[in-house]
Amino acid sequence: MMTTPVKPEIQVVYQRPDSFTDLTTHYCPGCTHGIAHRLVAEVIDEMGLREKSIGVAPVGCSVFAYKYFNMDFVEAAHGRAPAMATGIKRVLPKNTVFTYQGDGDLASIGMAEIIHAAARGENITVIFINNAIYGMTGGQMAPTTLPGMKTTSSPFGRDVELSGYPVRMCEILATMEGAGYIVRRSLHDAKHIRQAKKAIRLAFETQERGLGFAMVELLSSCPTNWEINPHEALDFIAERMVPVFPLGDYKVNEELKH
Amino acid sequence: MPVKGWIEVHDLHCKGCALCVSACPQDVISLDMERLTPKGYHPAHLIADGCTGCAICAIVCPDAAITVYREAPVHPQKAPASA
Ligand SMILES: Cc1ncc(C[n+]2csc(CCOP(=O)(O)OP(=O)(O)O)c2C)c(N)n1
Ligand code: SF4
Ligand code: SF4
Ligand code: SF4
Ligand SMILES: [Mg+2]
Repeated sequence: MMTTPVKPEIQVVYQRPDSFTDLTTHYCPGCTHGIAHRLVAEVIDEMGLREKSIGVAPVGCSVFAYKYFNMDFVEAAHGRAPAMATGIKRVLPKNTVFTYQGDGDLASIGMAEIIHAAARGENITVIFINNAIYGMTGGQMAPTTLPGMKTTSSPFGRDVELSGYPVRMCEILATMEGAGYIVRRSLHDAKHIRQAKKAIRLAFETQERGLGFAMVELLSSCPTNWEINPHEALDFIAERMVPVFPLGDYKVNEELKH
Repeated sequence: MPVKGWIEVHDLHCKGCALCVSACPQDVISLDMERLTPKGYHPAHLIADGCTGCAICAIVCPDAAITVYREAPVHPQKAPASA
């Protein structure tokens, strides 16, 4: 029997998401802020939300996030992204509104705004990048800095007697009745990155289904200020950060489970 | 026969961080020390056959610099049951 040889078909398995602009980011090589950006862009593409999405950028290394996402974006004052997102969502309830915030932005100067947005049950999505440091300003200690961790403002390591203990945002926000989805994930390897993407998707679905405040905390690297290479920085997340910030689901609205 | 895949690395986005190099399960990526990108980094490139198109490199790339391709498996047409 004769079979005509079939020319193999070429599939694109992976390509840059449409929700990205063509700009190259200013992030340091190997900084996982870029992975978090990409996951958000992929979820927005897959859910078809780009035309109605409005992002709120923070102050911190991700201050220029509005340049990298190909969609409407505004820039908030330091820590105030949840307040700005509240206003936008209340005026434009049909739009999808999300903030993207670092740990200095969200857990330090913006602590009041995030707590009250969750307490009010604002129907917004928050992407929270915890790299245990103030990246943008030169690596100072953040509320999330690990005990004993050296930073430019704790050169002998964080002394908990002097500066207190790390703040765990998921654990705090999960106590808020207005919260619909509060989870912590990590960006330290391909498997965890896939899990992070699923969580980001659910955080946007929480908003689309009107189930209240949603936040995904992502453990993220800062190789520059941690003063290690990008690969070692991923190991640092897995070995040093995860024990202090356990991964898991802290609050999931029942309706999201089916 | 393993699935045949390959990657393309975008010169403007790649920052030579090497996260794809350590993540590739087939060990077929390295940084190209002979070349610099317009931004001054040694870009990642394929160094051997054996890429399966698994996309793990693209998943860990912080700069969305990698496009992954794969040859779709070809199923030879079966002869019709009755002639
Ligand atoms: C009102 C105000 N206070 C302080 C600063 C200085 N500042 C800029 S970014 C930043 C912290 C950024 O850290 P984080 O939110 O963790 O973001 P990262 O850079 O680590 O991603 C601080 C304190 C500022 N810009 N505005
Ligand atoms: S300073 Fe740290 S958080 Fe900021 S871009 Fe560089 S590696 Fe990323
Ligand atoms: S697609 Fe998979 S096998 Fe191919 S280079 Fe990337 S990680 Fe390696
Ligand atoms: S992970 Fe991306 S940016 Fe880093 S070396 Fe590989 S292709 Fe370049
Ligand atoms: Mg930070």
